[in-house]
Amino acid sequence: MTSLVIAEHDNASIKGATLNTITAALKCGGDVHVLVAGSNAGVAAAAAAQIAGVAKVLHADADGFAHGLAENVAAQVVAVAASYSHILFPATASGKNVAPRVAAKLDVGQISDITKVDSADTFERPIYAGNAIATVQSLDATKVLTVRTTGFDPAAATGGSAAVEVLTAVGASAQSTFMGSEIAKNDRPELTAAKIIVSGGRALGSSEKFMDVMTPLADKLGAALGASRAAVDAGYAPNDWQVGQTGKIVAPQLYIAAGISGAIQHLAGMKDSKIIVAINKDPEAPIFSVADYGLEADLFVAVPELVAAL
Amino acid sequence: MKVLVSVKRVVDYNVKVRVKSDGSGVDIANVKMSMNPFDEIAIEEAVRLKEKGVVTEVIAVSCGVTQCQETLRTAMAIGADRAILVETAVELQPLAVAKLLKALIDKEQPGLIILGKQAIDDDCNQTGQMLAALADLPQGTFASKVEIVDGKANITREVDGGSETVSLTLPAVITTDLRLNEPRYVTLPNIMKAKKKPLETFTPEALGVDVSPRIKTLKVVEPPKRSAGIKVPDVATLVAKLKTEAKVI
Repeated sequence: MTSLVIAEHDNASIKGATLNTITAALKCGGDVHVLVAGSNAGVAAAAAAQIAGVAKVLHADADGFAHGLAENVAAQVVAVAASYSHILFPATASGKNVAPRVAAKLDVGQISDITKVDSADTFERPIYAGNAIATVQSLDATKVLTVRTTGFDPAAATGGSAAVEVLTAVGASAQSTFMGSEIAKNDRPELTAAKIIVSGGRALGSSEKFMDVMTPLADKLGAALGASRAAVDAGYAPNDWQVGQTGKIVAPQLYIAAGISGAIQHLAGMKDSKIIVAINKDPEAPIFSVADYGLEADLFVAVPELVAAL
Repeated sequence: MKVLVSVKRVVDYNVKVRVKSDGSGVDIANVKMSMNPFDEIAIEEAVRLKEKGVVTEVIAVSCGVTQCQETLRTAMAIGADRAILVETAVELQPLAVAKLLKALIDKEQPGLIILGKQAIDDDCNQTGQMLAALADLPQGTFASKVEIVDGKANITREVDGGSETVSLTLPAVITTDLRLNEPRYVTLPNIMKAKKKPLETFTPEALGVDVSPRIKTLKVVEPPKRSAGIKVPDVATLVAKLKTEAKVI
């Protein structure tokens, strides 16, 4: 029994979500191998070999993997799948894109967003926006899983010394071409990896006010910025800041929600945070029912005061 | 060019489901059912492509129980031209639905297939990608913009940290993200018109698809409750608590 973890990486380094996925793979029992499919990704493959608990790294290098196109990455995974009992992806945008393609090619069901490994074939996962937790058993020989990173501690990035095996890369698909990307560059931590997140809601009123009020707090705390769906729908914050059922699932040490009422879809994305602080004018806001510390106040007064007090 | 859109009947977005006391699942008897919100976006996108003259026919498909007919009538009220129900009482998992849709692609030969990125009941986020794999088609998942240019689909996709654009040969599979469009309200005249549009029914057996589940649900429980903490009177108390009690800053 051996598990294969599909690494999330940018060809130069391994992304944090990979480390949590390796922990989940170790809980499935047996050895853990990591696949790095990239373009000039030797450095990333070498970094994967350093991760504690990894027995072997498979490195496939080709232009077609440069941007992680699902068609190409899935084909590479399928090419080596026969050797593995479990194939695990982090439940990130790229993991979710590729994993079902692999499962269908192998004619097996996929279990999405696992939060716990009960045994080699039985897993727990949230359904209905986290309002219920299902324990499910795979009846297939190969288990294809995506791993909710907040459910597992990260494996140590160093301490391992796995061998790197170079694979023959599969050919690139002619059906799909990468045209370009717009990735916001900033010095803040990634939302899903941040220790502190400050999140704003519709009460901010405009994108200018969102930035004016929330950015100083994030700067002061070295925090990532998040937003409720209402704030994103209103155009106050970029799409990829959305925390919730259909956005990012986060579990930082500290989550500060300002002007967020707390719809169940939002709570689904942040209720596993260690400490939740809610700042809201409305004493009846549902967010207070999950907050460790609630402050009933106008955020336009309270947030700047908080910045000054820190 | 035809476009095929799949729609799922799910517990309405605003309903807070309750777990059954015997742990066998969630109680969906007598709760409001609606079209999965991401599928509404999928139908809307298909209808807009037809209004732009890019596609000629919009076919809505649903797989499941008899009542999925209502979901299909809604899809036709938004603007789908006709509908197909694959009727079964078996609990359908994403792989099974992908296989049913693959069988319908073989029959209908659409140039585009649009699906919601995930259903808000099982939160799987699998069917579109599985369908693309089974049909050997390219995929543009989590789409926030769809453009059909020179026989290709240029899809802007929401990814971690921003967006990216891929160009796909047709036919292609697209799954919708939240902000691809804002679905129109259905009007009464369109609801009346939808009642007269054709709705065809197949069974999985007739399509030659084995839909038996691959994943067994052993139990369903409530998540651990997070209890409310305390209200603090002012910012100074909050900062003090975060520093000395919670020790997170």
